[in-house]
Amino acid sequence: MKVLVAVKRVVDYNVKVRPKADGSDVDTANVKMSINPFCEIAVEEAVRLKEKGVVSEIVVVSMGPKQCQEQIRTALALGADRGIQVETDAELQPLAVAKCLKAIVEKEEPQLVILGKQSIDGDNNQTGQMLAALTGMGQGTFASEVNVEEGSVKVTREIDGGLQTVELQLPAVVTTDLRLNEPRYASLPNIMKAKKKPLDVTNPEELGVDIAPRTKTLKVEPPAERQAGIKVADVAELVEKLKNEAKVI
Amino acid sequence: MSILVIAEHDNAELKGATLNTIAAAKAIGGDIDVLVAGSGCDAVGEAAAKVEGVSKVLVANNAAYEHQLAENVAKLVGDLGKNYSHILAPATTTGKNMLPRAAALLDVQPISDILAVESPDTFKRPIYAGNVIATVQSSDAIKVASVRTTAFDPVAAEGGSAAVESVDIVDDAAVSKFVGEELAESDRPELTAARVVISGGRGMQNGENFELLNKVADKLGAAVGASRAAVDAGFVPNDMQVGQTGKIVAPDLYIAVGISGAIQHLAGMKDSKVIVAINKDEEAPIFSVADYGLVADLFDAVPELETKL
Repeated sequence: MKVLVAVKRVVDYNVKVRPKADGSDVDTANVKMSINPFCEIAVEEAVRLKEKGVVSEIVVVSMGPKQCQEQIRTALALGADRGIQVETDAELQPLAVAKCLKAIVEKEEPQLVILGKQSIDGDNNQTGQMLAALTGMGQGTFASEVNVEEGSVKVTREIDGGLQTVELQLPAVVTTDLRLNEPRYASLPNIMKAKKKPLDVTNPEELGVDIAPRTKTLKVEPPAERQAGIKVADVAELVEKLKNEAKVI
Repeated sequence: MSILVIAEHDNAELKGATLNTIAAAKAIGGDIDVLVAGSGCDAVGEAAAKVEGVSKVLVANNAAYEHQLAENVAKLVGDLGKNYSHILAPATTTGKNMLPRAAALLDVQPISDILAVESPDTFKRPIYAGNVIATVQSSDAIKVASVRTTAFDPVAAEGGSAAVESVDIVDDAAVSKFVGEELAESDRPELTAARVVISGGRGMQNGENFELLNKVADKLGAAVGASRAAVDAGFVPNDMQVGQTGKIVAPDLYIAVGISGAIQHLAGMKDSKVIVAINKDEEAPIFSVADYGLVADLFDAVPELETKL
């Protein structure tokens, strides 16, 4: 069966971002960009399913400016078979991404779509759920275990109280949580091979999708700073302060 | 304006997160209706009717909604939500699973994790793991938002007398099935609702040593949490994780033990009223957010803390 994996180009998780001085946006000039960590887990899961013989083809899709081809190439180096870029320089919000993905799903007809549960820039945690809604597929969000069976997939999900397992009819959407797997590193030969794998470029107009933003960011600012307090000498002083100064015990 | 709040519950009890979400609805202003979708959940509907500020409670009682399967509940919310100006749900794993699905059915771009209401169409929310706060304005006809519960003080659970109506729409998408769940059993308060939280990190060295924290927790009536490092190392289960990708907590007192203070952990607890850090490394970043820092070996300090409480 075929798997579609969506990946996003984001500011690398090691970079500490700051708002621009005018508060209009986050300053992303000259910062290192990477594949979103949750998306990397999605690619890894697809590759493992292929290694198990469950999956025959992995198609990876990314959306954004030309540079997001770098993240598609990363996914190809990790084991995906071919790439699709939806090229646009415009801002893409999760609903628009879900609509573009729906158009690609209709064309490619994958049995499984795997996405990261959220991207570490916008932290929206929406795209997978919205794609599932638009295509009428079942959704296994925040997955920590994925087992493909005949015509269905069992997904164990990380929920607030513990773990929940659901069974979804295929085709289905799965979004990855941190503990699903530990992604591999791409080997140099695989990075070289990835350069020769096919990568198609399309755009939202060709897909017939209106990507007009529905929300507007009016301002970005740093969060309220928390001041460091004092060091206490020992446990006795700590207990005394908590009782008499902070009055929390 | 009219606001539909999606109740968080387990078919038996209304969860506290609902009260924080209703507080966010009050900050928007307008009539507040609460939807209780579940199975055998009449008691939850009655509890919701008593909550301060609620106009009406809608109870959708059907087996299709028993386990909060997003495919079914989102369809119901999409059907009912057309009549409202706002739809809010708590930003719990249940809310985050269901709400974007409902929003897509309504062709709305939802707003996740709101921290503050600036006006009925403008909200503050965290991005980049809480390192940046964005003010976002929605142009959609219906505003759909999940609510960061720790950012809103709960409304009173008693004092209201809303009408209860039953909803007979049955939305069963029949594409998903509940198989089972493993929920952590504990006599202690829930992490996100506890007044005191004591958390352990990699410095705890193994799962058995968390017993030291449990003893302190029992004396303080506290919940026990963990850093991602401790969860990834397999010391404790993932539902104990406090942090950007785990639970967001804001108790009166947060005690961080053997936790260095990675950004991802700080994002989950830095809104606590009082923070205590116990760590033997005096350079640990956790001390830069702690009100009271104790540089000490946790294996000496924690048992001593227990005896002095």
